[in-house]
Amino acid sequence: MGMAEAILLTIATAATPLLLAAIGELVVERSGVLNLGVEGMMLMGAVTAFGVALMTGNAWLGVVAGALAGLLFSLFFGVLALTLVTNQVATGLALTLLGIGLSGMIGVAFVGQPGVKLEAIFIPGLTELPLVGRLFFGQDPMFYISILLTAGVMWFLFRTRAGLTLRSVGDSHSSAHALGIKVIAIRYMAVMFGGACAGLAGAQLSLVYTTQWIENMTAGRGWIALALVVFASWRPWRVLAGAYLFGAITIAQLHIQATNLADLASLPGPLFWFAGLVKSVPSQFLSALPYLATVIVLVLISRNRRLTMMNTPASLGRPFVPDR
Amino acid sequence: MKKTIFALAATTAMLVAGSAFAQDKTKACFIYVGPIGDFGWSYQHHQGALEMQEALGGEEKVEIAYLESVPEGADAERAIERFARSGCGIIFTTSFGYMDATNKVAAKFPDVKFEHATGFKREHANVSTYNSKFHEGRYVQGVIAAKMSTAGVAGYIASFPIPEVVMGINAFVLGAQSVNPEFKVKVVWANTWFDPGKEADAAKVLIDQGVDIITQHTDSTAPMQVAAERGIKAFGQASDMIKFGPETQLTSIIDDWGHYYTERVKAVMDGTWEQVDVWEGMAEEHVVMAPYTNMPDDVKAAAEEIEAKIKSGEFNPFTGPIMKQDGTEWLKDGEVAEDGVLLGLNFYVAGVDDQLPQ
Repeated sequence: MGMAEAILLTIATAATPLLLAAIGELVVERSGVLNLGVEGMMLMGAVTAFGVALMTGNAWLGVVAGALAGLLFSLFFGVLALTLVTNQVATGLALTLLGIGLSGMIGVAFVGQPGVKLEAIFIPGLTELPLVGRLFFGQDPMFYISILLTAGVMWFLFRTRAGLTLRSVGDSHSSAHALGIKVIAIRYMAVMFGGACAGLAGAQLSLVYTTQWIENMTAGRGWIALALVVFASWRPWRVLAGAYLFGAITIAQLHIQATNLADLASLPGPLFWFAGLVKSVPSQFLSALPYLATVIVLVLISRNRRLTMMNTPASLGRPFVPDR
Repeated sequence: MKKTIFALAATTAMLVAGSAFAQDKTKACFIYVGPIGDFGWSYQHHQGALEMQEALGGEEKVEIAYLESVPEGADAERAIERFARSGCGIIFTTSFGYMDATNKVAAKFPDVKFEHATGFKREHANVSTYNSKFHEGRYVQGVIAAKMSTAGVAGYIASFPIPEVVMGINAFVLGAQSVNPEFKVKVVWANTWFDPGKEADAAKVLIDQGVDIITQHTDSTAPMQVAAERGIKAFGQASDMIKFGPETQLTSIIDDWGHYYTERVKAVMDGTWEQVDVWEGMAEEHVVMAPYTNMPDDVKAAAEEIEAKIKSGEFNPFTGPIMKQDGTEWLKDGEVAEDGVLLGLNFYVAGVDDQLPQ
């Protein structure tokens, strides 16, 4: 396996959980609901997926269980924020807190247990192709699921009637309601879809990324997924680009750190000089790079106000009570 | 955002931990920086607490209360004070960042004993500090790494550039170069104690860059698993991680706090508690090496030999001649580094192929 291929594979693994969680949250926000509970739902997905895979020995059952756990957990949010019309921001935060605590409690017995790995796909003939083989035909199933989901969401939102309905609910729930659209029902479905996606992202963490359960193992990835949705200005393909950009910078900075200047002596002059310059940047700064890049892109995007307004679901985070 | 969550989590945990207090029991309280399920630092402290309870007569004699994931800083002060008020006879605060909070609360509760791990401030008579010489184990790992590696390069996943971590890197390199003077170490700073995903990424990156031994000073088992998947060898951290790499782990540095906790809580029960400043290592079994596995017998023998020498006090990993990375002399031939210098270590020794972040 060449170095370039190895780097790309590592990036794909790092980007997949972000993409899965973000694409789900994108649908939720497109329906006008802000669910800040992504981190908590991911953790519930991760612990359930790990536990089920461990007990049954079947990683696929773990994946299904992880998605279901995320879905069920998101219903908490649904009942509170949609039916009882609580504040969405507070409810989402509460969901994250609950998820951190509950997953830790459920997972006590799983700590320190090696888990079951969801194995990468191997297609004879194709996987062995140089460079692109492993990348396109030899990754773990979660990678393909994340790409298919992104394509599916893109098609659903912009090419189907149901997608149009969902977007209309997000843009103006009163108008949608006046047209006879069941606003709350659609939002419930969106929230459950978001929960299932977050659960899948958690399953990827505990079955593929690192095959183990440790408390709070998401380490903030749910929040990054939330930021990615805004970063992408609610467009699926941009979520994909953002997740991979974030993954790429994360991995690149580790590679920069691990590379010794002496190993690069064979590089031509200017390149070597540039490598030296990059190496002289403190590692703390390099660690912060992915976040910094996100902030910069956010600033650039929000400079164009009209475009931002056009993309933002107009009813985002606003409660909907039909009878008023 | 994270701060708020931790604060809330800490408050919730406090409510749970505030259990009833009976006079005839001694109550020993623990403040942990991470979850006890991290299978690393906090996990080992909690194991030590349980061992102490067992050794001193079980639940009937000693009551244990603990708080997990208490952030270092202002929240810690509230948590420690809450414990002091709830009838704790002795309070162990188990992370460097609790140093000032511990001393501050100790001033208000002269009858309660305080024990702060890895710090150096003892402003009141009721505050002790304790730490372990983890670098002794790192030196042994360095020796093993140099003997086991065919590439001549090891990967080191580091957390933060604090003296303890720098000390570990230096000891590892000195150990490795005592076997192979050309041995190299690639250091990657994860800038976190705990992020399994990132630690796994760091391990993958290091392996892609050609290292064939991985060692870590971060808290999760992720790097061990990556090493196992890629078929190279690795060292565990804080606890025995052999389950995560049955054919991968060479050994692991195990933090064993059980003896110390037993000794100190017993002193409180007997009324003989006195202020101490403890920094102990292999000799006192505060630092224990997990069984030497997945290596040929001669490497095992070499590791056991150096371990025995450090244990008996015959050899100190930081014995001169040692040059600093910049080429100036640090220790003369036969000179041994003073503890004070080590505890504030902020430079690399010669041979580390990395720039120390300042």
